[in-house]
Amino acid sequence: MSNIVIKAENVSKQYLVGQIGTGMISHDIKRWWAAMRGKEDPFLRVGMENDRTKKATSDYAWALRDVNFEVKQGEALGIIGKNGAGKSTLLKLMSRVTSPSTGQIKIKGRVASLLEVGTGFHPELTGRENIYMNGTILGMTRKEIKSKFDEIVDFSGIEMYIDTPVKRYSSGMYVRLAFGVAAHLEPEILILDEVLAVGDAEFQKKCLGKMSDVASHGRTIIFVSHNLLAVQSLCKTAIYMKAGTIADSGPAERVINSYLSREVRNCIEASWDMENAPGNDRVKMLAAKLVIDKPAGMQDSDVIDVQTAFDVQFEFYNGVDGQVLNLSLILYTTSGVCVFNVTTPATKLSKGRHSSRLRVPGGLLNDDIYSIVVHMVKDASVILHTVEDVLTFEIIDVKRGETGWFGKWMGAVRPTLEFTID
Amino acid sequence: MSMKGIVDDKWDIEIKSTSGLFDIDVREIWRYRDLLVMFIVKDIVTRYKQTILGPLWFMLQPVLSALIYVIIFTRVAKISTSGAPPMLFYLGSLTLWNYFSETFSIVSKTFSENAAVLGKVYFPRLVLPLARTLSGLLKLLMQFSIFAAVLLYHIFITHRVVPNWYALTFPLLLILISLFGLGAGLLVTALTSKYKDLTFMILFGIQLYMYVTPVLYPLSIAPPDKQFLLWLNPLTSFFEVFKYSFLGSNSGTLNFYWLGYSVAFTLFMFMAGLLMFNKVEKKFIDTI
Repeated sequence: MSNIVIKAENVSKQYLVGQIGTGMISHDIKRWWAAMRGKEDPFLRVGMENDRTKKATSDYAWALRDVNFEVKQGEALGIIGKNGAGKSTLLKLMSRVTSPSTGQIKIKGRVASLLEVGTGFHPELTGRENIYMNGTILGMTRKEIKSKFDEIVDFSGIEMYIDTPVKRYSSGMYVRLAFGVAAHLEPEILILDEVLAVGDAEFQKKCLGKMSDVASHGRTIIFVSHNLLAVQSLCKTAIYMKAGTIADSGPAERVINSYLSREVRNCIEASWDMENAPGNDRVKMLAAKLVIDKPAGMQDSDVIDVQTAFDVQFEFYNGVDGQVLNLSLILYTTSGVCVFNVTTPATKLSKGRHSSRLRVPGGLLNDDIYSIVVHMVKDASVILHTVEDVLTFEIIDVKRGETGWFGKWMGAVRPTLEFTID
Repeated sequence: MSMKGIVDDKWDIEIKSTSGLFDIDVREIWRYRDLLVMFIVKDIVTRYKQTILGPLWFMLQPVLSALIYVIIFTRVAKISTSGAPPMLFYLGSLTLWNYFSETFSIVSKTFSENAAVLGKVYFPRLVLPLARTLSGLLKLLMQFSIFAAVLLYHIFITHRVVPNWYALTFPLLLILISLFGLGAGLLVTALTSKYKDLTFMILFGIQLYMYVTPVLYPLSIAPPDKQFLLWLNPLTSFFEVFKYSFLGSNSGTLNFYWLGYSVAFTLFMFMAGLLMFNKVEKKFIDTI
């Protein structure tokens, strides 16, 4: 017996770019005329790749193009990809919120999809009423909800307010109640979209625990997330989407690595010739480079994990013989927070090329996108020249281990310090 | 691999680009009956939350508006109610009219007003308009108890009204009016899922429509040679049957030819609405 429960065949989805207005009527008439003659939709032959950064060249864009995949029963499948890669469109199609432009998806079993928490909550209704409302919208029967009612209330921890209208709830209580209903769904196939992004740490942990529970009971889970950590720990297999197509699929760990090596755009090397080099007659920056201590098995990737150590290397030109110079490096996050500022000792240098090296140990920086600014300083006090954004790089966090917390780790740095319980 | 052909036939759900015109899964709607009930409860309950009189407001509404019409139409403008007690006349026809117009206007906004929910979760889309129609019907039955009380008063105390056995067809009449309002609403919501021009007409159109239906006046005050224009409106027969059966044979006309026409028109409207809705429901979320 084949145990494939979801099968997508040549699924494509086309969206309209721009507004619907008088101008679209001619398209509709052409479409109708083609349909009357038994021909295919003429506008399905046009359309551009869904790249938001470019100017639109057509009235139609393909959010998905010829997607094929199969999901087996009991499989936990993660779908990863950048914004606009088509992940959410795929989920919407599987949840039957909209239908594909061409191709088809076949599903075996009862599906519940959670594209948001608390769908159908009505502010005037009480917590109790909303549990039934939300539960039935998600496809549960009244009987099923009744049998789980106490569990749901217990899970969300709002027993006291169960007969209060939810418009009086704090946002935290609201989310807990909504998630409580969602977590007690027991469909054969569960489709989840980034819903883990809500709630506090303890609550997320509860939810993820509940989900891996669901997965271990032979139910199928489809999980879309930006949170690679959660995908890695929850899913055995994954699909990596890029520009509306499947770029890679297979075991989750391999797919995540392929995603990282193709999507993380580090600018880790820069060099200039003497004429164009940033600087002046006294000092010039000639080259900068990040040298990563590559872990075994990842020799060809530029991925920097929070545990990865790396070197920052510089090459610069000293234009004045006997000048006392030092380099001052400032590390910023993209949100503009200064993480640290380190300097080399001020050194008397001969005229010519010199090099410099900064060692950054693993287990120091947090996951974030960083950029490096370098000041070239004379006599430890006068800035001769500043090079902005010499290098930019992203530090990612996928292998956190069994901490149970999958959200963003707080702090500008994440040092590995000795912290024990005796 | 030899098993594959057999297994392939057993898919529960096939999500495709288009569906057949008559692909209406009644069994699936039945499976979601609990949701239907919840939507009905929500419709009724949320409307009188935080009121002291609660559901009594449903009953007071038609009484208050009938009172206004009695004062303006009967006392001031002296418009005939063809012998029927004015309060009873307005109470009955307004209750019925309000049911029709609310059903129609709410159903005609099914897609636009529920886009947020419909964009996030699947359930048979028809559940929403059905729930709206049924909750309207429930409300109508509550309001009808007031009409019934006034009717009984006039039958047994003042002896001004003599209903006839046709009153027993009232449930059938309600079904027909429901189908007409539901069908017209489904048609409008389907037609406005992409181009919304029609929505501007609805509010105005429904007010106008009330005046070409014998709601606030008896059909007999229209000039005899122009009456057939009113009969062309399928609701006219239904309102005439209603008045004929409850308020007595002087207050309405029973015309089986026009009634047949109205029933045929209603069934056609309902089917047309259902088919259009079914055609649009799969993709409306992309264009709404």
